[in-house]
Formats: sequence, structure tokens, C-alpha cells
Amino acid sequence: MQIKLRNTEATEAFGAELSRLLPHKCLIFLKGQLGAGKTTLVRGLLRAFGHQGAVKSPTYTLVEEYMSNGRAVIHFDLYRLSDPEELEWIGINDYLDQDAVCLIEWPEMGEGFLPEPDLVLTLSVVGQERNLKVETSNLSVKNFLSSVIKQRHTAIL
Amino acid sequence: MYVLGLETSCDETGVAIYHSEKGLINHLLYSQIDMHSEYGGVVPELASRDHIRKLVPLIKQCINEAGLTSRDIGGIAYTAGPGLMGALLVGAATANSLAWAWRKPAIAVHHMEGHLLAPMLENDPPSFPFLALLISGGHTMLVEVKGIGRYRLLGESLDDAAGEAFDKTAKMLGLGYPGGPKLSELAKRGSPRFKFPRPMTDRPGLDFSFSGLKTYTMNALHDTAQSDQDKADIAFAFQTAVAETLSIKCKRALQQTRLTTLVVAGGVSANSTIRQSLTEMADKERALIYFPRPEFCTDNGAMIAYAGCQRLMADQHQGSVIFARARWPIEELPPV
Repeated sequence: MQIKLRNTEATEAFGAELSRLLPHKCLIFLKGQLGAGKTTLVRGLLRAFGHQGAVKSPTYTLVEEYMSNGRAVIHFDLYRLSDPEELEWIGINDYLDQDAVCLIEWPEMGEGFLPEPDLVLTLSVVGQERNLKVETSNLSVKNFLSSVIKQRHTAIL
Repeated sequence: MYVLGLETSCDETGVAIYHSEKGLINHLLYSQIDMHSEYGGVVPELASRDHIRKLVPLIKQCINEAGLTSRDIGGIAYTAGPGLMGALLVGAATANSLAWAWRKPAIAVHHMEGHLLAPMLENDPPSFPFLALLISGGHTMLVEVKGIGRYRLLGESLDDAAGEAFDKTAKMLGLGYPGGPKLSELAKRGSPRFKFPRPMTDRPGLDFSFSGLKTYTMNALHDTAQSDQDKADIAFAFQTAVAETLSIKCKRALQQTRLTTLVVAGGVSANSTIRQSLTEMADKERALIYFPRPEFCTDNGAMIAYAGCQRLMADQHQGSVIFARARWPIEELPPV
């Protein structure tokens, strides 16, 4: 399933729409090159949950935790990881066991130490626009996203 | 009182001794940048392992070089946050162990408070109150400083920190790590061919956003043949955009707060284009501008020893608890 996102606002809006269908506990992988809009999507999602403050890229801190309106969101960025084993050192399983929406940027860097995700979002750069590929085996997520695509976005596939 | 200061929040191991009357006695720094450059960034686990290896020998060397013994040390200050948890815990555990062994107080110091107060280490320090711009790899913030521990956050980056934007842009341009200095080297050969946006300067407020600039850079790069000259011109445009954005926000903050002194600290303040842009702005605004010397702009033990000394002199210290926080809002600090 692929969605065309015209600009930054569209990427944020998708994040916001996505927030409506996520269970309290789920694992999402975010893939795409530097500047593709991974953190932008997470910002849209957090804003929709009611988070008011800044949404920083966790590149330097590796992980940022948020709690708003009773929803916990944990945002990882594994960009700077040199060995997936380092995930053990930051206590990855303690985070993933929580009742929280876990979003992981650069999951490729943690291969072998991360469980199967519920959803994989891959952003690719096409000029000013972004192509979003959605992969999930969860049927309700699939159906919801299909309706989102019909309503608001131009499906290209 | 002699205060030992320990800094281990990121990739530098810093140790210093500051005396409440005599000033800075000695300071040593061990940088892990060579080790991390192989990996393209700071690797948390490597960082904490290397702090463990380097910290105690550095403490011994620092005390010996100063002609002191452990009995002369009146207190131990350490960086308790914000930073990488594993790295912070090395400093926190070492400081508290020494405190117990030497029966002296330990004090947790906020890393950004250390940076804010770094210009106080100079012979001609600024006087309170002042406006501080902190720009580093992990932070971009504007703070009103009324005194030690009396801070008001006026604005901060809503996404990437300025230094992070430099590093990521450098990576896109195919430069190594740390990317900031290499990007400004490349920018010297650039010409004003591209005009990049000045993010968030067209709306009120003192917050920053550098993530969009990174994306803008990527799009600009893709529209060229990506020759060396193209890259140099893009580096020039990027650096100019960051420098002007910082100047516009600082000018606005000076006007809003009616403060007449600006302190610029953090690793990115070593960038000469940013220094020049801020200095020109301050001159026009008739404000005094202070930059700590480069060795105190980057992470160091001296600023931690200084900040800890001020708090210990005011009788602040912590009990026998090892305290460290990866996230720690600067406005939560107690005044002195």
C-alpha cells in the first residue's frame, strides 16, 4: 500500500490520522533516508495525542518518552547505534514491554534485537513530495488505511 | 574550597579543580571523538566504557598536576544530566564513591547550567542578568539568566538542535564526523548562489526549528549535479541560514527582555560565521557579547567544577544518593 504525501503538512496529517487507530501498545518501524520526514510523522502523531511541547529528533539521546492524555509514546532513533547489541545496554526490552506506542526510526540498525513490528512505514523522497509505503499484517490497520487513502490522499498503487 | 569537577555526559571526559577564591586551578580533557568517528556518531555504550577507563587516571593526574592531594578537595561536582544515561552514571557513581571515601559532599550539576556559566571562568566575566544562547549538538536554547539557578527558558529548538543539523547536513554532503567543522571548511569555498529559508523567523516567538532546513538542503542538493562546487555553495547557504536565524532570534530576545548582555556558549559557538553574525548583531543593538574561549565552549570539567563550587558554597549538596537524569529541565534548578 502506498500513499503520496505532498508536503510536510501532509506527513504530519498522516501521523495524526494514524494516531486514531493505534492500540495502546504497538510497535512501529519508520524507515527512510535523512530528511525523509520520519520525525515529522511522529510529531503529527504526538500532536494528535495532545502533546503540546517540542518533538525533538532523538538522534543524540536515542530515546524520548512522552505521556499525554494517558497515552504513552516512546520514540527511538537508532541512527547512531554501531552494534544492535547496544540495544540491550539501553534496556530496549524494558521500553518495549510497556503499555506504549513504540516508534523506532532506523530499525535497520537494531536488526536481530527487535521483535516483529505491527506496522512498517517507509518514506522515500520524490522531489518535494514523499512516498509512504505501509506494510502491515494487521487487518483492521489495513482497512483503516485504505479508507484514509480513499478519503484524503491520492493512492498511487 | 577546592572543588573537583567531573564531566561525562557525552563523548568528552573532563576533570577540573576550581577554588572558590583562587579560581580555576587545573583542567584536563580526554576526547573520544577519534574513536567515535569510525562509527559516524557517539556510541553510548562505547562512551560509557571509555569514561570508565579514563576518568580515574584523569582525576589522579588533575590533582597531582595541581600539587594537591585528595585531602585538599572540599567537594565533588559532577554532571548529572541531561545526557546519555550510561555515560552520566559513570560520573555520578565515581563522584559519589569519592564523596563517601573522602567524607566530602557531592553535588549534582546540570550540564547546561555548566555551559551557561562557562564565561564566568574568564578574567572579564559578564555580570547578571544576561541572555544566553546555548548551541551544541544536542541543544539549541535561549535562556534569560538572572543569577545562578534563576533561569527562564525563552525558546528552544522544536526538532533538531543546531549542531545536529550541521552534522546531518554534513553527512548528506558526504563529509565525515563530526560534520560541523568540516561543513564550515567547505563553506569557505562556497559562494552566495542559493538562498535558503530562515526557519521560524517570519512568526513571533523565540523557538527554533532546523529540521526543515536539513530537508531543504537535501532538495537543493538533488537539483544539482552534486559537484564539489555545488556542495560548497550549499554548505555556504546552509551555514549562512543557520547564522542569520540565530542572530534574528537573539536580536528579538534582547529586545523583548531589554537585556544588554548576550552570552553565547556550546560547541557550535566555535563556528566563526555564527560568531561574526552574532557579533555584528550585538554591535548594532549596542549589547555586550561574550564567548567563552573555545576550550570552554565544548564540554569540559571546568564549567562543572565552577557551577558545583557556587552551589556547595551556598551549602547545597545532595545526600548519599546517586543522582542522574537523562532529561532534566533547566528551570527546575534551585536558585543559589
